[in-house]
This record gives sequence, structure tokens and C-alpha cells, in this order.
Amino acid sequence: MFKTVRGRLVTIVILTMVAGWQLYAHRQDTGAWLKLGLDLQGGMHLVLEVDDPDGTMSSEAKADMIDRVEQIIRTRIDEFGVEEPLIQQVGGERLIVELAGIADEDQAKSIVTRNAFLEFKQVLPGGDMEAALDRIDRRIVATLGVDSIRAMGRDVTNRGARMEEILFGGPDTLAPDSAAQAVADSADAVANALQPFSSLLFRGDIPGSYLVDVEDADVARYFLSLPEVQSTLPRGEALHWGGDIVQQGVRSYEQLYVLTAEPFLTGDQLVDAQAQRDAQFNQSIVSFELSRVGGRRFSDYSGRNVGNNLAIVLDGAVMSAPVIRDRIGARGQIEMGAGTPLEEARELALVLRAGALPARINIIEERTVGPSLGQDSIDQGQLAGLVGIILVVGVMLAYYRMAGVLAVGALGFYVVLVLGGLAMFDATLTVPGIAGLILSVGMAVDANVLIFERIREELVAGRATRTAVDEGFAHALSAIVDSNITTLFTALILFNFGTGPVRGFAVTLSIGIVASFVSALYVTRTLFLIYLSGKKASDPISI
Amino acid sequence: MKLFQSASYRFIEKRQTAYVVSVAVIVLGIAAMVFNVATLGSWLRYGVDFTGGSLVQVQFQDDVSVEEIRAALGGVEITRFGDVELHEFVIRAPLDEESSISDVAEEIEEQVASGLPGRPFEVVRTELVGGKVGDELEQKALLAILFSFALTLLYLAVRFELRFGLAAVIATAHDILITLGFLAVFRLEIALPTVAAILTILGYSLNDTIVVFDRIRENLAMKGGRKRDPVEVVNQSINETLPRTVLTSGTTLAVLSALLILGGAVIRDFTIVLILGVVIGTYSSIFVASPALIEIQKRWGVGTSSEKKKRPEPATV
Repeated sequence: MFKTVRGRLVTIVILTMVAGWQLYAHRQDTGAWLKLGLDLQGGMHLVLEVDDPDGTMSSEAKADMIDRVEQIIRTRIDEFGVEEPLIQQVGGERLIVELAGIADEDQAKSIVTRNAFLEFKQVLPGGDMEAALDRIDRRIVATLGVDSIRAMGRDVTNRGARMEEILFGGPDTLAPDSAAQAVADSADAVANALQPFSSLLFRGDIPGSYLVDVEDADVARYFLSLPEVQSTLPRGEALHWGGDIVQQGVRSYEQLYVLTAEPFLTGDQLVDAQAQRDAQFNQSIVSFELSRVGGRRFSDYSGRNVGNNLAIVLDGAVMSAPVIRDRIGARGQIEMGAGTPLEEARELALVLRAGALPARINIIEERTVGPSLGQDSIDQGQLAGLVGIILVVGVMLAYYRMAGVLAVGALGFYVVLVLGGLAMFDATLTVPGIAGLILSVGMAVDANVLIFERIREELVAGRATRTAVDEGFAHALSAIVDSNITTLFTALILFNFGTGPVRGFAVTLSIGIVASFVSALYVTRTLFLIYLSGKKASDPISI
Repeated sequence: MKLFQSASYRFIEKRQTAYVVSVAVIVLGIAAMVFNVATLGSWLRYGVDFTGGSLVQVQFQDDVSVEEIRAALGGVEITRFGDVELHEFVIRAPLDEESSISDVAEEIEEQVASGLPGRPFEVVRTELVGGKVGDELEQKALLAILFSFALTLLYLAVRFELRFGLAAVIATAHDILITLGFLAVFRLEIALPTVAAILTILGYSLNDTIVVFDRIRENLAMKGGRKRDPVEVVNQSINETLPRTVLTSGTTLAVLSALLILGGAVIRDFTIVLILGVVIGTYSSIFVASPALIEIQKRWGVGTSSEKKKRPEPATV
């Protein structure tokens, strides 16, 4: 099927469709046709390194440290809500963190550099908090006013009804019911009945925990961030979000825990934590070791709280809330439950170790690009690219006439293929990348020029049209192969040596080379076959 | 339309002139580098990517002169970025080992705000690089260039003959030397993208050289090709590929010019280096790589010939 004109055309159409589909799929997955580098969309690029001023740390220790730091930063960034952060280890001692479209640099930086804080707190069964919810609701209404709460869509009154609807009704019950709205409209007195916050909470799976629909989590966070609300919480109690999202049916929930405000133990008392496999009960466990002081405190606390839950809190997020089975001393185990994969235990062990981070982390490289600068670059790049393509098309048409038309057709295919390739490899488009793309358009015609010049030579040498075309393609091949391969070498070296923008450029260049190879040798050839199909072997061609 | 269709220029005979031109340009570049060492303290004007340090790019709402900013900040390097109507400036400051990287940018921001009151501005870009990162980068860049030389040499030795590989590497080294010289003369800043541009030039120059070499290989393989005067064969090959050389360089330059004029200030230096590279690459494939091939043959003979091997059959695609 690669030989006949029809087979070739089918192949080309399929390739075009695959490329187009790749672009479409990329847009569906990520919301953008192509992934833009930080220099184009704005954002922050940080390189972190373990602080080792004396050069005494072993490479294993550094690698372990970087693992822990990665865990901490991931936890924090999830909380920060950055879309698709890139967090990548380099050479076992460095960490690259890229945050796209960051608005607050200082906050981002502090997220990355501040020390991790591990605490062990008690989960409170929640009687006091339950009683306080009414006060919290009223305080929120008093602070924000009914109008702004209505603007958030939180002017809900009947918590019990909503609870029942959630429990027994369909999934569509989250819209504020109109009856409630009508009541709310009527009088200020009703403000007292509004339950903007407590109506967001559903009972969690352990006492002292709530579930909040992920879609409502931002609103709930905002309410809790109000100082007025913080001061309304029961004395000695605090609300902490969980680190994971729980699935229940089709809905996803974040967890909110009622904990003691003060920890009974902090991460500096933790010596080590390791994941293990318990073959007897087919479960994963995390065994941990505490310092002597920490062990005494833990033993004391666990003895008094058998049957209750404790919360392991990293940077304010509850990473796990196991039940205390028995008094535990300096050495303890957290059982992850039957059938849990070892991976989960490893993560928890990492969380524990992360909280006991002894070394400091330094930012050794930092780049930020404002979003406006990036947009300018995109606009200018597009304009330059368009003008460049028009210039190339003009030259090809003027110089090669009909053959030029064929080359332009192949060039169009080339552009589609490159864009599809970039989407397929999820390559990052950077400023040098755009330049590389535009440059590769210039070079993509090179293969066509080589072929056409050769055909002209063969025609001058007196060969029949069809023979001249065949010979032209055949003789140009070796030059095209050799020059493309050496350029590909350069691109590969660039890829290995570079980071960020340079890497983006290398990927763009490589995809460009492969695409130009296919477009010149396969597509131009096919178009030529179509062009020649109506002609006799000796008819003149326009080249 | 046809250009240079039956050209028969005596390129190789003019090689002495070309040598003089090339050597003169390279010497000029080296002189500029030496001058830079005396005045700037380094061969080239390295950007923060290499030296480490901080760069803060600010955009003012209304135009401000460089002198005003300098008066407000003192002791730092300030340059205008892009066109005057952008009101953008790049402020570079060294990074002292003790202070934390993240403090420097804030400090500069505060100084600008307090030194130029009533001139609203916005920070559009910051770059802060520790000194260690810069040193590593320079090593890596050098390694990358050497590595690509080695690969090229190897590939051409296998696909052509060893002397073709040598000649190509000489031509590429010539191009890089001239480019570095150009960067030294005009004191363009060497940043990460500049390294990418230099490596691209390397690829482009090779591309051009290989097209000519491919024709030489073909003409040598023709009946009686080996017995002909090498100068004759090389001249003929250059002339035969001349239309292609001119057209491809022309279209590439056209595209790059569009990028230079319309592409904005961020990639201006990058584009300038690429344009220079295309011009030098085209020149060197004719006036350096091809004569080098002749010189190598004169001195050391044809070398090990892989020509007895059958030329790879052009595959049908």
C-alpha cells in the first residue's frame, strides 16, 4: 500500500488525522493545544539543592534527602492548587520545581523552602465542634454579609434536609433549593438561619472527621481562613484538611478533621520510619522509631487513648489517622489494613521521614517570567512565523512554479505533522523552541530544493520527464539522509546537555527534522506521482 | 526562474584569499576577546546563566532614562531592553555568596521603588543563578560542542571517508570561532539560548557542508572520477550544488529576518546569532570545508578509502 498513489494518499491522510487527533487529545487532556514553557506562559522555575557546606554528606544521604523534600513540596503544592506543577529530580541531589502561572512569588517560594513540620495530634470525636458549627455559621454571616454569601451560592439554610438528600436522594441535590432562597430573601432575621459553612459538611468515616465535596472545598477553605471564624473555634481545637481525596460513588470529597490545637509529639522526636510487608496478615506496615523522650511521651499518650484515632499531620495536612490499638513506646507500627499495596506504606514512611528533615534546602537557581511578557513572545512569534511561511511559500512558487505548489502542499503537511508530534510527546514549547520551529520551516524546504534542483539537472541532461523525476529523488536521497542525521545528532546532544528552554528547543528541532524528512521524501513524491499521472513519459513539466 | 544553472566559478583557486579573510576575521575576534579580558574580566560577556548573579527586568509605565535608574540604584549594570517605547530595563547585579538568592530581587525592587518615587513599574522577569550552576553550565556547553564534533567525525568517516569528516570538523570549528569572535566584538550576552543557537549553527553548517561533500562523493564515484584533478572535481561539485545552496540559504535567511524584525526583543540576540551562523555556514562549506578537503589530500593522500564499498542504494520511499 506504500507504492500505489492511492495507498500513499491513504497513508498521508491517516498520518494527518493521527497528528490532528494528537493535538485534539492534548487539548482535551490539558486544555491547551501545546504545552507552553514558563517563558511563554509566565511562572516560576526553581532549582533546589541540599545544603551541604562541608561536603560531608554521602550521595545516598543526599538522595534520601531529595526524596523527602520532593514529598514535602508535592504535599504543599497540592494544597496551593497549582495546575500541573513539574517536580523533577536531577542527578539525585537536585530538584527542579516549575510552577506555571504563579501569582504570588513570595508565597510560592516559602512553600518550597520552609522547613517541613510534622506533628502528632489527637483526633477529637467532635462533640464540641458539632456544637460550635452554629456559632461559626452565624459569625460567617455577620462578617461577610448575606449578599456576598448569596453571591457565593452559599445561602443555604436547611442542613438536615440537605444531609438527607445527600444520603438518600440523587446526586443532583447540591443546588441551593429555591425555597431556601425565597426565605432568605424575605428578611434579615433569616440571616440567623443561614448555614453557609455547616451545610458543606458531611459525616466522615471516623468520628471527628467530615467530608467536603471537592467542588466546595475552596469556599470552605475561605470561610476557615477568616480570622473571625478562627477565633470562634472551640478552645484547644483546630480543623485540619486531609492530604488525600476520598472517592464515594461518583463524587470526590476532601476530608476535614477535628484535632487538638496542640500536638502531643512533633517530628523532631522521630528517628526513623520504614515501610515493611507483613506477610502473615497480607498487609503493609510502617514501622517507626522515636527518640527516648518521644517514646516516653508517646507511650503515655497512647496508653490513655487506646481505641481513639491519632492524626499524623505534615505541614498542617492530615496524612493519616490510624486507630491506636495498644500502648506504644519508642518503637511502633502503623498497620495499613489488609490488602494495601506496599507503595502506600512507603509514602507514609516518606511523610514521616520528611517531617524529620535535618538539613536545609537552598534555592540555587530561580527564574520568574511575568505572564504579559510571555504573551508578547507568543504573539510576536506567531506573526514572525506567519510572515516567514509566506516568504518561503512565495519564493518556492516563484522559483519552481507547479513543482513549487507541490512543495508548498508538502510543507503544509509538515506543519501539521510537527504540531501533532509536539502534542504527542507533550513537548514544551519555549521561546527558543518557536525560533527552532520557524528555522526548521526554512530548512524543511531544503530537502525539496535538493530534489527539485536534481530533477532540473536530470532534465537538462536530456532525460525523459518520468526518469528525471525518479532519478532526482534517488540521487538527492543520500544528501538528505546524511545531513538530517548529523543535524539530529546535534539535537540529541542539545537534549542531553540542556534543561528547560534548551531542551524544548532540542525536542522541537528533532521533531522538525523527522517531519521534514517524511514530508519531503514521501509527500512531495506522492504529489509528484499525482502530477505526472496524467502525462506521457516525455511531456514537459513545470519546475 | 533559474539561478546559477550552469555556473563554473573557480572557487578552489580563490582559496588563498578565503584563508586570508577567515584568518583576519578570526584574529579580529580573538583580539576582541583579549580586549574583553582586559576590560570586562572575561572573554565574552557572559549572562547570569554562566556567571551566576541576578537579573531583574522591569517595565515602567512611562519612560525613564538609564541614568535615572542608575542614580537610584548605583553600582549595578543597567541596560535598556528592546525598543525604547517598551520602557523596559534589565538590571544585573552580582550575587554575593553569603546573601540568599531570593533576597536580591526583592532588594532591587525596593530600591527602584524608593529611588524613583512616582514612577510605577512592574517586574516582568527575574533570573537568579548561583555561581556553581554557572560553572557547570560552561563545562557542559564545551562538552556538548566537543561531543558533537566527535560524533560528526565518526559518522562522516563511516559514511564518507575520514578526510571528509576532518574537513567538516575544521569548517565547523571555523564557524564557531567566528561566531564567538562576533559575540566578543559586539559584546552580545551569552545566555542559555545563545548556546542553543551556537549548536544549531553547528548543525546548519554541517548540513551545508554535507550537501557539497555528497556531490563530491558522487562525482568521485563516477567512472574515471578518481583519476581526475581533485580541484576540478571539487569545483564542479560546488558549482553543481550552487543553486541549491543559494536558494536554501536564501529562504532560511528570509525566515530568520522575519523573526529578527517581528519576533520581539526576547529572541533578538538568539536570532542574530542564527543569521550570522547561516551566512558563515554557507561561506565555510564552499571556502573552508572544500579547500580543507583538498589540503588534507595534498598532505596526507586520499587516506583510507571506504569508496570501494558499494554506495548505499537509494531506498525507494
